[in-house]
Amino acid sequence: MKVPAGHYLILAAALFTTGLVGVLVRRNLIVMFMCVELMLNSVNLTLVAFSRIHGGLDGQIMSFFVMVVAAAEVTVGLALIINLFRLRASVDADDVHSLRS
Amino acid sequence: MEHALTPPAGSVIQLAWLIPVIPALSAGFLLLAGKRLGKIAAPVAIAAIGASFAVSLLVFGALRAEPEHERTFVVHLAQWLDIGPLQVDWNLLVDPLASVMLLLVTGVGTLIHVYSVGYMHGDERYPRFFAYLNLFAASMLILVLGESMLTLFVGWELVGLCSYLLIGFWFERRDYAGAAKKAFVTNRVGDVGFMLAMFLAFSAVGSLSFTQVLPAAEGLAAGTAVAIALLLFVGATGKSAQIPLYVWLPDAMAGPTPVSALIHAATMVTAGVYLVARMSPLFSAVPDVGMVVAWVGALTALLAALIACVQRDLKKILAYSTVSQLGYMFIAVGVGAYTAGVFHLLTHGFFKALLFLAAGSVMHALHDETDVWRMGGLRKHMPVTFATSLIGWLAIAGIPPLSGYFSKEEILAAASETPGAMPVYVIGLVVAGLTAFYMTRWFVLIFLGPERFGHNIHPHESPWSMSGVLAVLAVLAAGGGLLNTSAEGGWLHHWLEGSVVAFHGEVHPLGHTALIALAMVAAVAGIAAAVALYRRVDAQGAPRFPGWHRLATNKFYVDELYQLVLVTPGRMLSDALSVFDRRGIDGAVNGIARGTAGLATLGRRTQTGYVRSYALATLLGALLIAGLFYAGSWAASAWIG
Repeated sequence: MKVPAGHYLILAAALFTTGLVGVLVRRNLIVMFMCVELMLNSVNLTLVAFSRIHGGLDGQIMSFFVMVVAAAEVTVGLALIINLFRLRASVDADDVHSLRS
Repeated sequence: MEHALTPPAGSVIQLAWLIPVIPALSAGFLLLAGKRLGKIAAPVAIAAIGASFAVSLLVFGALRAEPEHERTFVVHLAQWLDIGPLQVDWNLLVDPLASVMLLLVTGVGTLIHVYSVGYMHGDERYPRFFAYLNLFAASMLILVLGESMLTLFVGWELVGLCSYLLIGFWFERRDYAGAAKKAFVTNRVGDVGFMLAMFLAFSAVGSLSFTQVLPAAEGLAAGTAVAIALLLFVGATGKSAQIPLYVWLPDAMAGPTPVSALIHAATMVTAGVYLVARMSPLFSAVPDVGMVVAWVGALTALLAALIACVQRDLKKILAYSTVSQLGYMFIAVGVGAYTAGVFHLLTHGFFKALLFLAAGSVMHALHDETDVWRMGGLRKHMPVTFATSLIGWLAIAGIPPLSGYFSKEEILAAASETPGAMPVYVIGLVVAGLTAFYMTRWFVLIFLGPERFGHNIHPHESPWSMSGVLAVLAVLAAGGGLLNTSAEGGWLHHWLEGSVVAFHGEVHPLGHTALIALAMVAAVAGIAAAVALYRRVDAQGAPRFPGWHRLATNKFYVDELYQLVLVTPGRMLSDALSVFDRRGIDGAVNGIARGTAGLATLGRRTQTGYVRSYALATLLGALLIAGLFYAGSWAASAWIG
């Protein structure tokens, strides 16, 4: 069965929107973080889909870069969250607003 | 001025630098260590000025040993300024004029130091007082020894500073601190004249050294010479308290009495007369300026003498008397009789120091009473002060054979022998009578007549350190006339020949004897009038000429005039500038700061600290950019299409 390329793009848009809404409305830092990952992966999906449509390899190589950066980002991000939890005993993003004006 | 020589190797003259340096070092030492020294400060200070006096005597002796007309020496100490054509060295000019000034400053200065031991006894800033006295003497000695206008000016300024420090010595009292400021500011006005004179002299001659400026004085363009001489005289009116800058001197009485004696007799006020005498080749080249000097001197002498006649404060009477006597000196140097001016400077130094210290002794006995109307009858209680004051009084009144007679006589003779100076002579004669009058009033009200002080006051003679000084000064005031018994043949006249320009006058048709008789009549009339008026008064009677009395008591409203013409507009100007400074300049700076802060407050509102709002902002930004791209591509396609 051959899936048309447009479907990949629609799925990617749906995933991106889910991630975006999640980042905006959720307060749990872990969930927000996972939503960011979801957005990154939806972009990866888009890149791969366009790569397939155009028959080039640029998009696929780009998606590898994104994965590497995302992996690095995850290590730093999780370390930050763990330290924040040790400090505040909470992973609620709204509890961390000491930089407010 | 005769040709300047370098002192021979090994000569005492080489040591002249010690004269100002010893008291200056002592002053520095006392300022640093004074608190620990306490009472030891006085012997240190006296030893310093005494040593200075000893060196001055040695230098004087060495000068006398040199052959006549070869007595002007320049002692090179160090290089100071070397800026293109401007070459100024630390050089000392040791000549007969400087040597007599040195002896006056250090000699009378030493006596005043000794007197201060008793007078300042128990003052909380005792060591500091002696440090300032030493510094004052050192400054004056620099002024006297300076070989160029600039080194003289260094001493000139230091003298001004010291007068400020000493007049305001009891600065806890606001009016005393004000008097100190007044003296300083008034002197600064004169200093501007001096500085301009220096600039002019440098641009005309290319040097500030006396050994170069004075010989060049004859060859200066007439306008330049007149301007330099006039500007120098402006400087001299500041230091020597002449019209229009005399107002600081009477207020300078705020300082302790030994300071008054020092300022009025040995240092400071004599500086202006000394300056004119030092620059005598310049002044004699422009006789018109000399007449201005003589007229200013005569008017100052008259004005101050009139004010002195009605003052009640025993020190203020003496202060106005000093202004008046300085006027005499300027009459002398104005008509070109520089020797007579210096002679009166010396004798005045003796008898005015004596009178001031006697006044201090009287105040000491009467618990700092200064009103002559609350004195009287002190003859019995203070025999030494009485006897020495008697000599001082007769000396200043011009009674022969005391010193004041000779010097005043010489000045009057010089004025009468100068063509065109007849009015000056007449004023001088009137002032001679007035001087005799107000000094007799001073003397009679203090020492004779009934006792007008309170019954609970028991006056006593001052300690020997004070009365002994009075005795020494009395001897000087009595015998000072021997320095120059006659205008042509006197010792001082001969001694100063190499330093100042000789006087050339025409013999007055009346003849010398008649002039002496006139001066004597004026003096005796003044004394007789004052004795008749004040001999038996036991309370202050109503003034005989009330309007006149009020005018003179208020010092002819000169201070009020200065207040109105200078001080008030000056204050208004500075008030306006102060408003501009606060509203205009500060306002602009503060306004910018406030604007920045306001903008920053707006920006701060966006910083909520919530991650989601930042995320939303990022999203909106991304949408905006995407929208712009879309709109851009749409517009581009529409335009192409």
